[in-house]
Amino acid sequence: MSLERASATRPRLFGGRRLGELVPIIVLAPSLIASFIYVFVFSIWTLYIAMSNSSLLPSYGFVGLSNFESLWANRRWNIAYTNLFFFSGFYIVGSMLVGLLLAILIDQKVRGESVWRTIFLYPLAVSFIVTGTVWSWLYNPVDGIQALVRSFGWTDFSFALASDRNYAIWAIIITGIWQSSGFAMALFLAGLRSVDGDIIRAAQIDGASTFRTYRKVILPSIAPIFLAVAVVQIQFAIKTFDLVVALTRGGPGVSTTFPAIYVYDLMFQRGQIGEGAAAAIMMLAALAVVLVPYSLFLVWRRNKEVRNG
Amino acid sequence: MADIALSRVEDHEAVRASRRRGWTRAVIYGLLTVFALIYVIPLLVVVFNAFRAQPEIARNGLIAFPQSFQPDAWVAAWDNYCIGGTCQGMKRYFYNSLLMTIPATIISTLLGAMNGYILSKWRFKGSDVLFTCMLLGVFMPGQIALMPWAFILGKVGLSNSVYGLVLIHVVQGISFTTLFCRNYYVSIPDDLIKAARIDGAGFWRIFFKIILPLSPPILIVTVIWQFTGIWNEYLFGVVFTSGTQQPITAALVALTASGTTASAYDVMSAAVLIGAIPPLLVYFLGGKYFVRGLTQGAIK
Repeated sequence: MSLERASATRPRLFGGRRLGELVPIIVLAPSLIASFIYVFVFSIWTLYIAMSNSSLLPSYGFVGLSNFESLWANRRWNIAYTNLFFFSGFYIVGSMLVGLLLAILIDQKVRGESVWRTIFLYPLAVSFIVTGTVWSWLYNPVDGIQALVRSFGWTDFSFALASDRNYAIWAIIITGIWQSSGFAMALFLAGLRSVDGDIIRAAQIDGASTFRTYRKVILPSIAPIFLAVAVVQIQFAIKTFDLVVALTRGGPGVSTTFPAIYVYDLMFQRGQIGEGAAAAIMMLAALAVVLVPYSLFLVWRRNKEVRNG
Repeated sequence: MADIALSRVEDHEAVRASRRRGWTRAVIYGLLTVFALIYVIPLLVVVFNAFRAQPEIARNGLIAFPQSFQPDAWVAAWDNYCIGGTCQGMKRYFYNSLLMTIPATIISTLLGAMNGYILSKWRFKGSDVLFTCMLLGVFMPGQIALMPWAFILGKVGLSNSVYGLVLIHVVQGISFTTLFCRNYYVSIPDDLIKAARIDGAGFWRIFFKIILPLSPPILIVTVIWQFTGIWNEYLFGVVFTSGTQQPITAALVALTASGTTASAYDVMSAAVLIGAIPPLLVYFLGGKYFVRGLTQGAIK
């Protein structure tokens, strides 16, 4: 029950409210205004720039959708969003699989649980810049993994992911999975721990094997967590920028261009602010396509829970 | 539920079961070890190389056990290595990052606590809608804000300044900190607040005497989340600052990008570690809270 109701019977002095009741609103106002500007004004502002003839500097001559047209006609943008789809698919599935496996392993009453967890989660604490830089060294054919394996005697071993335009995106996928599967693990583990012990025991009494118990009983009951992990990781994927900068800088050539890289490049390297803003709007749109249905789903589920008690 | 493997096996003949259990255990620990190595080796590689001599790295490759031990690379990386024509090492950028991260973390956390308190305990008509609007900030891609921020920072004279970045991170951070605190304060019983009000306590008194003393767990989560997030941020750093004003992430990219230094793995490793140590420290000291922030940030 909220305090609003509790105080409804008190005398009202100031514009229908007691002066004291205005304090919260006054304290909240700066944050509200800042957030409002950040979310709404900035979006509309950027949308407006995207519809303007801005090039090296922002200008406000209205040109309608022509920036969007030239964006979608651009081969590099084409590569950028194709990469995004490709990357997202493998990155999300990969880190969920690894994360789920690790969570299930840790869930088998292993010794030193917190040590394992600490190891799998630490990459999340460091920046994508740090991770990307270190992995770019590992992918370096002269000094990294390739050199190591060759030094063992396998002299024609080839592992030059990051510098091969056909495979460079895999370098980003692998590093991305390495960085964030710990996150999936943490969420899955929390989910596994919350499953009702009775239904598991019931399955065991029925003679289900461990594998079957997981597949038929435990995993279905944590389905919402799969969705939550996927949604968070799609967001990561759409915003992917630092990792690519540190790993490949979008190269070789333009083979690992991503939408976020494209926005940065057009705005600050090529002086095509209008089209860069159009690309930023497309990123926002992509996020909305994922997040709006998801939040509607969450609201629907919450309402259903309330109705069912 | 973790004891499925254990409890059901015990029903069968002891010998066969324990043998099978031994195998299962071996596979579990084997897999965990393999994954742990994959996670730890990149970190070990950097730590080793920061102490190996550069000629040795050139000879034996990056991934090798150290045969020498020397801290010279740390001194160079911290103090006098050249990045883009400035030969002051990473220390300058490290300070920049501290100067940006600490105020931005403190301010955004305090605002988040106040906002969360109001949005959970002083709800007014429309406050839930306003909360939802603030939440949208969590999802905003930074790219949308680049041009508007460039304009605003220019207007208020904070272009190419660490304080400009503080402003950006506070505004962007409010939505996270408000979300964390609000969701935590909701679980504090309203009766507690009501009783205090009947005793004559006002808005501030309730905040300082009741809410704040109950807040340490969520404040730690929020501070850790903000600190690591802001310290690790790159996009705003590279767009809105240049040269000696850059935070450490941008400086690291500049360092590793400059062609002349491409082979100085010893110094670059030390530089990378200097950039990674503060968030890693926070992670190892506050691990439990770090994970809590992670899971709360994800499932709203």
